[in-house]
Amino acid sequence: MMNLSEPAIAVRDLRVERGGVEVLHGLTFEVPRGQVTGLLGPSGCGKTTLMRAIVGVQIVTGGEVAVLGRPAGDPSLRRMIGYSTQNPAVYRDLSVVENLRYFAAVLNAPKSDVDRVIEEVGLSSVAGQLGGTLSGGQLNRASLAVALLGCPELVVLDEPTVGLDPVLRQELWRLFQSLADRGVTLIVSSHVMDEAARCQRLIVMREGEILADDTPHELREHTRTTDLEEAFLRLIEERTAA
Amino acid sequence: MNLAITLATARRILTQLRHDHRTVALMALVPTLVIILLYYVIDDQRSFGAWAPILLCVFPFLVMFLVTSIATLRERTSGTLERLMATPLGKLDLLLGYGIAFGLMACAQVAIALAVSLTWLGFDLAGPLWSLVVIALLNALLGTALGLFCSAFARSEFQAVQFMPVVMIPQLLLGGILVPRDQMATVLEWISNVLPMSYAIEGMKDVVIGGELGGEFWRDVAVVAGSALLALVLGAATLRRRTP
Repeated sequence: MMNLSEPAIAVRDLRVERGGVEVLHGLTFEVPRGQVTGLLGPSGCGKTTLMRAIVGVQIVTGGEVAVLGRPAGDPSLRRMIGYSTQNPAVYRDLSVVENLRYFAAVLNAPKSDVDRVIEEVGLSSVAGQLGGTLSGGQLNRASLAVALLGCPELVVLDEPTVGLDPVLRQELWRLFQSLADRGVTLIVSSHVMDEAARCQRLIVMREGEILADDTPHELREHTRTTDLEEAFLRLIEERTAA
Repeated sequence: MNLAITLATARRILTQLRHDHRTVALMALVPTLVIILLYYVIDDQRSFGAWAPILLCVFPFLVMFLVTSIATLRERTSGTLERLMATPLGKLDLLLGYGIAFGLMACAQVAIALAVSLTWLGFDLAGPLWSLVVIALLNALLGTALGLFCSAFARSEFQAVQFMPVVMIPQLLLGGILVPRDQMATVLEWISNVLPMSYAIEGMKDVVIGGELGGEFWRDVAVVAGSALLALVLGAATLRRRTP
């Protein structure tokens, strides 16, 4: 059963090499359950690699990643984690419904889940359309919908709100919050600082290292600014000064 | 391995094909059209009788090899493979899903080509019909399995397509079509002995010309089936849950 006191994710000294270059330099942090944790940082800072390591599809050089009390990549976790990559991983030559029906069958999720997630990401009006005919934002949401199938305990979303209009973005963040309220743990990456305020916890990354791991409020207090973009700059200054 | 997931995968691949009318039409009709063309080019019933089974052997293999290597390459590059590898789907579920879906397509392909050959073109089959279907199907499976395996070594569609002649042409040259296998240089005969297509062609000849399905036919069937199985296992080994 779910143990609420235990963190959803515990990472210790995680090191990852890609193409012979170390891209994550010994990360250590924990992610609490039932919250939206934002993973922030500029493009190329290692967000995607870190998420892949958590999902268990990344070959790691060293360190430990424990997810829901088990080592990352454990077969028993495959039904409990919803994962959506940055590039929408859906079949372009299948309709939205057909995509979701297939992934629901693979996850052994109830058939009713398909309609539920289509509704949740707001794709009802294009549910019968082929993936290849959707706009980039719609395709992204179709990919997000797959990650929500089968009521996962942990949802890992890589840049889910890129290219969406502000109204949709707000709706998605409401959806993420409602999932967290139900006890689901979410990790959402973004390179847009204004999304940080919507998370309960922030992990700020740069060049494969963690600059800060705090609540948005503490982060603002600590850096003495109300603007998170400004806070990011202060954190970097602090690093270089130290 | 999970039967429900395997079948869902096969259904998904067939649905993808259903949305692509042109590919389905090409897969279904091209072999038949080529056989008809061959009939009029050769213009001699006996030689046609010798060539037709070779085409029936080569086409299911060729088409399935190409289609599968491109389809799996697309899964790898579009991220759907990574997504599937993070789900309970087993590697064999995916491979067998492709095998079943494309195997059914191969059945349709061979059925149309055979129906036209046996009726309109007056093609004479000495052995039973089912034995020819078995060989053609095994060839399709072998093509699917090798296509899966080769797609692991291709970074782009350009590369994947180039693997086709690499895999195909040596097998045809050494398969005993142009020169009987026992008249080749010793080294070439050895190579010929380890290529699965040699056995597929021999089995096909047994069915069409010999008409008797003795131990040799079953040995050929076993070799082709074994090669398909081996290629499937090798293909499964190229699918990784974790990637760099």
